[in-house]
Amino acid sequence: MKRRFANVSGMAMAVALTALLAMPAAAVDKVRIGAIYPLTGPAGSTGAELKDAITLAADIVNGKYDLDLPLARTQGLPNLKGAQVEVIFGDHQGKPDVGQAEAERMITTEKVVALMGAYHSSVTTTASIAAERHKVPFLNPESTDPKLTERGFRYFFRTTPFDDQFAENFFQFLNDVKKQKGAKISSVATVYENTNFGTGVNNAIRKNAAKYGYRLVADVAYAEKGTSAIAEVQKVKAAAPDVVMPASYTADAILYMKTFKDLNYAPQAILAMDAGYISDEFKKTLGKDGEYVLSREVWALDLAKKKPMIAKVNEIYKKRFGRDMNGNSARSFTGFLVLADAINRAGSTDPEKIREALEKYTLGGNMMIMPWDGVAFDPKTHQNTKGRGIIVQLVSGEWYTVWPFDLASRDVVWPMPAWGKR
Amino acid sequence: MFSTELAQTLLSGVLMGLIFSLVAVGLTLIWGIMDIVNFAHGDFLMSGMYISYWMYALWGIDPLLSLPVSGAFLFFLGMVAYRLVIRRILGAPMLIQIFATFGIMILMRYLAFYFFKPNYRSIQQTLLSGNIDLHGVYLSIPQLAAAAGAFLTTGAVYVLIHKTRVGGALQATAEDREAAALMGINTDRMFTLAWGIGAATAGIAGSLLSTFFYIFPEVGGIFGLIAFVAVTLGGFGNVAGAFVAGILIGVVEAMAGYLYDPALKTVFVYVLFLGVLFFRPQGLLGVE
Repeated sequence: MKRRFANVSGMAMAVALTALLAMPAAAVDKVRIGAIYPLTGPAGSTGAELKDAITLAADIVNGKYDLDLPLARTQGLPNLKGAQVEVIFGDHQGKPDVGQAEAERMITTEKVVALMGAYHSSVTTTASIAAERHKVPFLNPESTDPKLTERGFRYFFRTTPFDDQFAENFFQFLNDVKKQKGAKISSVATVYENTNFGTGVNNAIRKNAAKYGYRLVADVAYAEKGTSAIAEVQKVKAAAPDVVMPASYTADAILYMKTFKDLNYAPQAILAMDAGYISDEFKKTLGKDGEYVLSREVWALDLAKKKPMIAKVNEIYKKRFGRDMNGNSARSFTGFLVLADAINRAGSTDPEKIREALEKYTLGGNMMIMPWDGVAFDPKTHQNTKGRGIIVQLVSGEWYTVWPFDLASRDVVWPMPAWGKR
Repeated sequence: MFSTELAQTLLSGVLMGLIFSLVAVGLTLIWGIMDIVNFAHGDFLMSGMYISYWMYALWGIDPLLSLPVSGAFLFFLGMVAYRLVIRRILGAPMLIQIFATFGIMILMRYLAFYFFKPNYRSIQQTLLSGNIDLHGVYLSIPQLAAAAGAFLTTGAVYVLIHKTRVGGALQATAEDREAAALMGINTDRMFTLAWGIGAATAGIAGSLLSTFFYIFPEVGGIFGLIAFVAVTLGGFGNVAGAFVAGILIGVVEAMAGYLYDPALKTVFVYVLFLGVLFFRPQGLLGVE
């Protein structure tokens, strides 16, 4: 009896051992990609959205979908004998040190062939250092700090447009408006909060204004949360720019709009750099007085009007995860597809080969859910040179995409109506 | 040099300054009568703003009409604060008094966070809206009304202190508490009254401010600090001094921002503040 038991358990052991031995063999067929995101902590809800988007993108690569996306119509990675991709998620909690440790762990323990992440610019900075040290490609789909691509890293690639490009978009937009509306626009002014964000935006605008031949007639820095914005708005008004470009957080965005109205000041347009102007509270608090403001954005659901695939992907996403995609999840989704596609083009899981494939990588704007011209990395900085933002306008309580014109869901209202005529 | 922009900045600065004055008057009153610095003053103002906001949001009552309500409510709240907390620490060392009013501030601010959430709110349509065009100088009607209300309220406080029997009793209490008590003045009642009036002016200022400024739980901090500067600048306990100092701050801030650098506009206010402290420590209208 006892002996028989030993036999049975021996058999079981053998089976278990074979299974164990078989597992790594199966894992060889899977291409492991590490994704480091804030799954807990203050940005935990955002991290969850990004994780969902990447999970969906991996499913699209592994399964068959009738979508104009890289690797959608095939199963797995065709150049790697149809190997499936597997995403290993890591949680950085919004902390740069944790992000770096996770990157280390992913590379040394999880044996990932490439990394992506990490939403926060600060964490992307540290995590990509670990990747660079281990010579593993790191693809960043959503951090916009200009410094990230100025480090000369060999293994770091960024798909999202960053603050410099957004500022450039402002002037491309103005050029387009001049052509389409016959508007006379030659001067701009900035009014910005005087910490990292605002000063960075101001520098980018100054640089691009010169490049595109616009005069920057005033650049007004202010300290956050003041009791009044009279002096600042007066300074802008005195310089009489055609377009005002503010960079403010929520409280100041509200105060400035109110002050613009109080002083009956309406330039041709107020073209904001995201942040406070695009916040829900700006819209809710100001109601009618916030209307006709323009802001840059990275993505919008109404792009689907001109790019029906966006609606298709969003529908799958919504059905599965119960919410709409947004600018963040759309960028992570796209970043993952680019990375998987580059691995497929490399035809190898060797990190060096993947890096080379990324350097040569190009993708057309028709093969993505982003409003970009496509993906192609600058040979030196590895910044995607074909990314661009969109410009949205608040009309009747809703934000509509108004630029690029070929993706617009609504004609831009230009100039903004005078305060007395609303 | 004297352009419409300059005139605009000057006038807008005066209008804003009048609000600063009203906020400062309540603070200086409490200080003058009982030598206590009320750190919760800005948060009394915040309460006034929320009262006007909620009466507007829930029942559509205009801030001009809810103004008496917030004045009355804050009058009551000021008295309660005195009775529950301040009365117990009247003779205590200054540090304890500071902590006590600081505690009231923290309590009010975080209750606001808890109940109203940290969202920004504002009142969009008031009975008075739009602006007046004076040859290119625009004066917003809500701001004009707020400034007028601030002027009237400050004037009323001044008259109350200097021209009435109660005011005389308040002054007497301020001068010498024991002597006043010997003369048959109920000093405890006078203190309660001072806190009531001080808080009520902040409540009224809050209602006036709510017509054109955004509202959120920490808004009291923004105006509280300016009020302290105005009180010191004008002379501790001096109602007329706080009034003048408030306007001065409003004008200096606006003009410095316009003529020099907006990011440094408050620097000029504090340079003025330090200058006055250095050359005239009793304040502009204070007496030694």
